[in-house]
Amino acid sequence: MIAIIDYGVGNLFSLQSSFAMIGQEVTVTSDKTVIQNADRLILPGVGAFGDARKKLAMHGLDETLLAQAKDGKMIMGICLGMQMLFDKSFEYGEHAGLSLIPGEVVDMTPRIREGLKVPHIGWNALDLAKPDHPLFRYIKNGDCVYFVHSYFADKCAADTIATSEYDIPLTAAVAKDNVIGCQFHPEKSGRVGLNLLRAFCEMK
Amino acid sequence: MITKRIIPCLDIRDGRVVKGVNFAGLRDVSNPVDLAAFYSECGADELVFYDITASSEGRTLFTDILREVARTIFIPLTVGGGINTVADFERVLSCGADKVSVNSGAIRNPQLIEDAARRYGDQCVVLSVDAKRVNGTYHVFAKGGREDTGMDALEWIRRGLDMGAGEIVLNSIDTDGVKKGFDLEMLSDVCAFANVPVIASGGAGCIEDFVTLFKTIPGVDAGLAASIFHFGEVAIRDLKETLHHNGITVRRL
Repeated sequence: MIAIIDYGVGNLFSLQSSFAMIGQEVTVTSDKTVIQNADRLILPGVGAFGDARKKLAMHGLDETLLAQAKDGKMIMGICLGMQMLFDKSFEYGEHAGLSLIPGEVVDMTPRIREGLKVPHIGWNALDLAKPDHPLFRYIKNGDCVYFVHSYFADKCAADTIATSEYDIPLTAAVAKDNVIGCQFHPEKSGRVGLNLLRAFCEMK
Repeated sequence: MITKRIIPCLDIRDGRVVKGVNFAGLRDVSNPVDLAAFYSECGADELVFYDITASSEGRTLFTDILREVARTIFIPLTVGGGINTVADFERVLSCGADKVSVNSGAIRNPQLIEDAARRYGDQCVVLSVDAKRVNGTYHVFAKGGREDTGMDALEWIRRGLDMGAGEIVLNSIDTDGVKKGFDLEMLSDVCAFANVPVIASGGAGCIEDFVTLFKTIPGVDAGLAASIFHFGEVAIRDLKETLHHNGITVRRL
């Protein structure tokens, strides 16, 4: 059973449907017992970092998630959920993350060529830094995935498994032991996205 | 780099796909769920659903279809038509839409753009503009292109961007349905100042029109069309191969 952690941000209909599509039993929940009993966890997220981080803490779900990560359960953070895996974010101030992966989340605007549109929105190709990572079992270098974000994870090169070029290489996917993060939306990335989720469901 | 997007648009009335020429003479084309699945398989980068239903029964039918599409198709979905309030945003977002397009509803109440952007983020709010040349300027038309609002289209788009619109769909009534190519002049006037993605709509008749669009105006992010895709005059797979061979970055399957 896959548990998508529901802490009151964003719509989880597509994410839930995408797991159903690949034949996985999936539930959307904020129940700690359900989360503890699940085989794998998904931390979704859209919106602003500070607000989402507060909501996650408000439900006490951050502690649950940290304990599960420590126990070795497979966890995938998606989009803002991925950004929350890091030490901190500078989106509207400075906010502490979950520190499951070393790194910090910064505004892309001052880093990229002037005139490039922000958010980085649309389909972009994955440059696989670690093509042999089990997450990429069913996809190949250059496959496109769908992004929507204005901030990106920095100072996390050691755990970066894929980037996407937007004047600079933006962190697209990270992995540290049992914790995985995708900046893009696999649930909106067509067949490539479903193949990434399928590979995640097979990871041990 | 970000790829140029190809977007088929499905006008939905009473649960079926329709497409008008110059917004008049609607024809029934196909089943929306089947057509959406077909486009997704062919490499469409995104789908736009316009609800042109007037009745409340039709509206329920529309959200049922939307939910069914979102359950089986995993590419971005934009919904427009009959979006007048933040509650309308909620209604379609909860059925799996990723972006919501406002047109007449925002003309009547521009505050809708700001309210929705604040609640769901700029990236969620698409400002769709039907524009037509009137006495040497572009005017915004409302009600599916039937009513001249007298508003200057470029001013309206600037205002929409200030209020948080995260994407612009520019539909030229002058070229819509004529199939002689996109309105390059109008598009380049908008791309000159727009700092969000601009989607070209109205006028595509063949593959070459898309090549010309992306080559002439690098600021355009996507090309949107309906009938040429629905009637098989342009196959999305062929279109993307041709764009690729012309040095335009696209997502290939």
